[in-house]
Amino acid sequence: MTTTTEQATGQTTPKAAAPELTGTQRLTFAKAINLGLRRALADDPTTLLMGEDIGRLGGVFRVTDGLHAEFGSARVVDTPLAESGIVGTAIGLAMRGYRPVCEIQFDGFIFPAFDQITTQLAKMHYRSRGRLTLPVVIRVPYGGGIGAVEHHSESPEVLFAHTAGLRVVSPSSPAQAYSMIQEAIASPDPVLFFEPKGRYWEKGDVDLDATPADGLDGARVVRPGTDVTLVAYGPTVQTALKAAEAAAAEGTSIEVVDLRAISPLDTATVAESVRRTGRCVVVHEAPVLYGTGGEVAARITEECFFHLQAPVLRVGGFHAPYPVAKIEHDYLPSLDRVLDAVDRALTF
Amino acid sequence: MSHTADDLRTDAQAGPLTTDGLVQLLDPDGNRVPHPQYDERVAHLDADALRALYRDMVLVRRFDVEATALQRQGELALFAQALGQEAAQVGSGRALAAQDHVFPSYREHGVAHTRGVELTDVLRLFRGVDHGGWDPTAHGFHLYTLVIGSHALHATGYAMGVQRDGAVGTGDPQRDTAVVAYFGDGATSQGDVSEGLVFAAVNQAPVVFFCQNNQWAISEPTTLQARVPIADRAPGFGIPSVRVDGNDVLASYAVTAEALERARSGGGPTFIEAFTYRMGAHTTSDDPSRYRPAEQEEYWRRRDPIDRLRAHLEQTRELPQEFVDALAAEADALGEHIRTTVRAMGRPSPASMFEHVYATPHSVVDAERAWFQQYEASFLEGHGQHGEGSAR
Repeated sequence: MTTTTEQATGQTTPKAAAPELTGTQRLTFAKAINLGLRRALADDPTTLLMGEDIGRLGGVFRVTDGLHAEFGSARVVDTPLAESGIVGTAIGLAMRGYRPVCEIQFDGFIFPAFDQITTQLAKMHYRSRGRLTLPVVIRVPYGGGIGAVEHHSESPEVLFAHTAGLRVVSPSSPAQAYSMIQEAIASPDPVLFFEPKGRYWEKGDVDLDATPADGLDGARVVRPGTDVTLVAYGPTVQTALKAAEAAAAEGTSIEVVDLRAISPLDTATVAESVRRTGRCVVVHEAPVLYGTGGEVAARITEECFFHLQAPVLRVGGFHAPYPVAKIEHDYLPSLDRVLDAVDRALTF
Repeated sequence: MSHTADDLRTDAQAGPLTTDGLVQLLDPDGNRVPHPQYDERVAHLDADALRALYRDMVLVRRFDVEATALQRQGELALFAQALGQEAAQVGSGRALAAQDHVFPSYREHGVAHTRGVELTDVLRLFRGVDHGGWDPTAHGFHLYTLVIGSHALHATGYAMGVQRDGAVGTGDPQRDTAVVAYFGDGATSQGDVSEGLVFAAVNQAPVVFFCQNNQWAISEPTTLQARVPIADRAPGFGIPSVRVDGNDVLASYAVTAEALERARSGGGPTFIEAFTYRMGAHTTSDDPSRYRPAEQEEYWRRRDPIDRLRAHLEQTRELPQEFVDALAAEADALGEHIRTTVRAMGRPSPASMFEHVYATPHSVVDAERAWFQQYEASFLEGHGQHGEGSAR
């Protein structure tokens, strides 16, 4: 940072860093992302955070809490209130050699940036025949269950997974969030990073010294089982684990697969599981129609048709706008609806 | 159709097509018009420099003619002419420094030429063999942008990066860097252009917004985009603006040089409205006879930017016949080069559609490519059974 630029943009200078947390800590989802962002900012001076209210306020969910004070307003940038502007200028910054991490304040506000994301960000590497890479991360707090007003609880991830050139991921635990945000920032490809905001305050163990090594793609089996494969990602992985717990008490063994990414979609891991269980249920908050569940069902049917004991079933949102908060839990894939689908798969 | 005088003399209209306040250094007859603010910006341009600008414009015009002919012969899928906008493009382009970075729209062939982009590479896009065609970093000239106005934000973001690199206001002419976004009158209605102005203003980013008001967005006149001169919007964002006669290569050079200097020195963004005329169609798919009178085209044909500089050079006796002859031969050679090069641009391999979708391996793309290659090969080998486990 030069003095000239700081004067020109009214930027504050960094302050002393907060005490370093090390080792394995029990952290909230939000704090895990915060520390992942902090590590990326500390490790690479080209990393920038951009978004509305992410500076002094620390973001409306406080995910960037303390980072403005530590790294200054040239690197933790409070932007004008314009999502297309945030992503569009991030593209320009990336062309100049920076690694911008944009925060879209809420899922339902990403659409002004949809054009920049799908027509520009997604295609620049392709149309430049690889001459330009755009290492831009777009963080999107998404999903429901927080009692919010309209446009604050949506799950638009499939709209981006449908566009070639974007990686679309969603962590399911604080440990995953900590490593995946760092890998997203390190990726030369643009990454849509969907954060399950309803899980922001749930805690889990995070090894802060670990070097992220899982990659941005590749599903993982988070609970082994033998009777039904339950596929989930982001906020519904916890729902699936609870369903597996409940089903175990009744003698049903559920294997839970966390997709981690929906672009690329790791069908191989799911298929390997389904070949053993013969049954598959997919759970997500996004509407079922044209959703990830439909894609998983089609691919699993192609990959292991003769192993299936029942059709692949889907549990998710309905083909209705996200409802008002008082009835949102009737829209979201609840534990009961997941178990109902598991029962249907078992009795087909 | 019957037309009023206003239809023909669009430059005499009020509103966004007024000629009020246009900076002009050469009048339409090629006479040098003194200007207290901008004379100094062109004082160093001697006869050689003026002839170089003339040469640029003539070659770009020839490129336009050749590309249009190639489209008519079926060698290009489409072409968008720069016809009539050579002065705005060459004048502004020649004011740039090597380290500056340009974000063009899709008609900026004249600027491409000034940035050293091989003009035949521009035709890769129009032939349908490439979505880009050149190395944007090598020339400081980004790929064409077809989504109108999107790149105003890229230019602004790039300029914010320039600020963070400390490449503004150092006083080092080799280091201080400006960014230019080129777009048209239609683009100014896009939200991204307004957002670009907001981000540029609050960051005081070193970016120049160069709007070629060529009076037509396909069939829509500028009066459908604005009620007042487009340049008048910028001060509302806190950005100084200037209107320039875009058919005057000297004035276009001068106002751009001033704006670039402001940007490089840390003075922030500038908005330039170059008032010009799209003499040709929007693209080879367009038919202007459906929406504008031939008399209007004729009016502007008589204000051709190349004729203007030629008239000036002839008046000052700085256009010797040997130069004219050599330039004609150079243009002929360029034409031949374009025809030969374009016809030799082969069809990419079908499997190349999978290249560069991502910078790192993506399992779905890899699986689809593998399936596609197997499928293609099956026709050659006479077999190709795809059972369970195929990607499609």
